[in-house]
Amino acid sequence: MEKNPSSADELKTIRKFMEESTKFLSLSGLSGVFPGIFAIAGAFIAWLLILDKGNFTYEMYNSLPREATAALRWKMILDALSVLLLSLTAAFYFSFRRANKSGISFWTPASKRLLLNLFIPLITGGIFALILMIQNDIQLIIPVFLVFYGLALINAGKFTYNEVFYLGIFEIITGLISAFFPAQGLIFWILGFGILHIAYGLLVYRRYEA
Amino acid sequence: MKDLISNLNKVFESRIRLGIMSILMVNDSFDFNSLKESLSVTDGNLASHLKALEDNELIKVNKQFIGRKPNTSYAITEKGVHQFKQHLNALEILIKTR
Repeated sequence: MEKNPSSADELKTIRKFMEESTKFLSLSGLSGVFPGIFAIAGAFIAWLLILDKGNFTYEMYNSLPREATAALRWKMILDALSVLLLSLTAAFYFSFRRANKSGISFWTPASKRLLLNLFIPLITGGIFALILMIQNDIQLIIPVFLVFYGLALINAGKFTYNEVFYLGIFEIITGLISAFFPAQGLIFWILGFGILHIAYGLLVYRRYEA
Repeated sequence: MKDLISNLNKVFESRIRLGIMSILMVNDSFDFNSLKESLSVTDGNLASHLKALEDNELIKVNKQFIGRKPNTSYAITEKGVHQFKQHLNALEILIKTR
């Protein structure tokens, strides 16, 4: 039997177990930095290879019939999906590694709840964006990505570091502003998925891992 | 002062029981293996503490099958919530009056 701990120690223990059992604290900052880098790379590829170094503008897209732009849409989807896949892989890998290093398991009730709460709004946004794409309503696709992603982060933020919540707020603001500038989609993509992710990732990394 | 001490619940004296109660206070339910991992204890040790809390009607057990695997999860009872809160209050007062 253990010795009777002091009241202050006892309260500390209670607090520790309450926090650890509800929050996933192995989220790595690098899980933010790498998706940010991939997002910028994806935007660069889109600009260079799909949009002919920016010579193919939003106005030109709109002046063309739907059939003429089908190939471009597919390339964009492929590009975005590659970024998503690489980002998810990196996000999982670095958090998995961090959990392993500190000897904590990655699959905890808290991490499952985090993922569930992240993916419900995220998948909703993804399907919604796909519908917009099918309807050839492309001007709101990037705002939808950013806003739904922001909502997903706010939802998931309850189960991990607070910073995730604030990243979500910034994503939503970026998304709403981007709705006013449909021709500048790539810029907002870089801002929201690139710069914000990298800034958030470095901040979290320095705060909890360095 | 006497009254205060009596509010400190003997059942919660071990760190493991305190941990179990803390976790179940903030989670609707928690399964055996996750508890074991969170508290870093052996099966037998955890089982005996869970049994003690269950006998005191502070937690309840829910046994079910997930596919073919048995899964035992635990939840706090109303009595458990009440007694744990009382215990917390007693701790708080104890710290303040020191």
